[in-house]
Amino acid sequence: MSNAIEALEGRAAGSPTSLRGLHQVIWTNGVVAAAAWAAAALATIALPDVVPWGSANLFAAIMAAGAAVLLLLAFVAPRLGRVGEGLIHYGPWLIAIGAWFALWELTTAKFGWLPKPFFSPPNGLLNVYVTEAPRLLICIGYTLRLWSLGFFCGVTVGYLIGVALGWSKRFSYWGMPILKLIGPVPATAWIPCTFFFFPTTFAASVFIVALASGIPVTILTSSGVASVNRSYYDVGRNLGASEWYLVSKIAVPASLPHVFVGLFMGLYYSFAVLVVAEMLGAKFGLGWYIQFQTAYSGYANVYATLVIMSLICAGLVKLLFVARDYLLDWQKGFI
Amino acid sequence: MAASATALRAAPQALRNVGIDIRGVSHAFDLDGWRLPVLESIDLSVAAGEFVALLGPSGCGKSTLLRLVSGLEQPSAGSILSEGSPIVKPDPSRILVFQDPTLFPWATVWNNVATGLDARGVLRQQRGRIDSALDLVGLRAFGNAYPHQLSGGMAQRAALARALVNDPALLLLDEPLGKLDSLTRLTLQEELVALWRRAEFTAILVTHDVEEAVLLASRVIVLTERPARIKAEFAVERPYPRHRDDPELVALRRQILATLGHAT
Repeated sequence: MSNAIEALEGRAAGSPTSLRGLHQVIWTNGVVAAAAWAAAALATIALPDVVPWGSANLFAAIMAAGAAVLLLLAFVAPRLGRVGEGLIHYGPWLIAIGAWFALWELTTAKFGWLPKPFFSPPNGLLNVYVTEAPRLLICIGYTLRLWSLGFFCGVTVGYLIGVALGWSKRFSYWGMPILKLIGPVPATAWIPCTFFFFPTTFAASVFIVALASGIPVTILTSSGVASVNRSYYDVGRNLGASEWYLVSKIAVPASLPHVFVGLFMGLYYSFAVLVVAEMLGAKFGLGWYIQFQTAYSGYANVYATLVIMSLICAGLVKLLFVARDYLLDWQKGFI
Repeated sequence: MAASATALRAAPQALRNVGIDIRGVSHAFDLDGWRLPVLESIDLSVAAGEFVALLGPSGCGKSTLLRLVSGLEQPSAGSILSEGSPIVKPDPSRILVFQDPTLFPWATVWNNVATGLDARGVLRQQRGRIDSALDLVGLRAFGNAYPHQLSGGMAQRAALARALVNDPALLLLDEPLGKLDSLTRLTLQEELVALWRRAEFTAILVTHDVEEAVLLASRVIVLTERPARIKAEFAVERPYPRHRDDPELVALRRQILATLGHAT
């Protein structure tokens, strides 16, 4: 889009003289996006439902409001500086989202090509959020408690074992074969043992999540520590460093890039086992909710919950990226 | 510059200018049960304050000899004495500088230079020494830079500062200028001599470059092919600062090259 603006202007966008001319320019993708969103709103209220789903009016109102905002932005965005540029960059996505909602609404609620109960229109999901909000919020809280306990325990223990495996020959002699045996076994296969070893089902669930997130961290930390350039240790020993200094100030920072790969893998694995971990007699939790609703063919509720889970996972991945960029600033020259 | 060199010496050091005695040292590597001899009965005495260059064909075992003197490895036979006592482990009074700067990429230049003081737990009391060391190598302005932001010459200077901040009595230089471009190399050769003359340490330099050896060292030791033995020894009795076009140095260079098998 910014290229199109430049072409229209016949000079570089952003130069002081071009500002005067910019108000004549419309963000065309913004107009198209507004049209797509309006189409979705219109389709929702104007056409009759094959089967009613609820919250149709609310959904239509949200899409219509979105369309109005987009239409307004279509005229304003080119003058909003960096915010506007970001918006313009995502223009095609905003069009696609409107079109996707319109198509989704038509194929499910309106034409019934994708029938109930296997499929739900977007307002069906919205209806779940509206009607089930208190229960879903409790489930989110329970899941986050289970996930954070499991992930942080798993990552901490996994990291410590990984450093020991990578550093100590004796530890690695005994530990590596065991890790290689345990590594490929899916965390969920331990459920029978966990029932016996853990006092509560919650502790068992935490263990399953911890195992899923801990193993990739262990493997990558140990390979990271083991692959540190040996001259770094020579330098350290020569300068009078103790064994502890070599581990904490050389092996640990040097292996950090590997550790982060392990953390990303662990994060994904931990989310994958959450649903199963919440099978173990949980009373609340997103995974538990998904199973519960699956049993009663409440697929709209299942989809709505999956959307929440992927948003939480994506948010945590984003956080991890921020942490990595901060801690691995020194790597800029290498990647 | 002179002031900062004095500041670096402010901390009292029991050992100054140590002499090294290498007595009948032989060394072999164990390669999967196969024994590869690299050094054979080396006898060499380096007097305190001397600058000795080790020259020899590549892969002959020069670097191994430096590692043994540093204490990072123990010789298979013979002994190495520092002021009469055997060297059994690495010590910050004898510092090895590698061909690669081997700076820690995750630490700033300042923190890299601080490694030795930090590792020995004296950083808090002796912080000022870091800046003096950076001054000495002309990197004061780059304390906050990361190694990947430095040029090859600057990185090697930082590695020198990391060694010098510990006020070593013996500096072991393993082809420290080997990978630098020729102009940077010429500059650093002069700086190295200046540092040695000012800071009063004993220096052993491993190099391939005959011109570098005669320009820097007060004595040049020529080693044979692996397993290395001492083949010849040349005293370089020219005053510093030397000039590379000095006819006596040129003649000496030719003589050493002939010993190495490159008659001109």
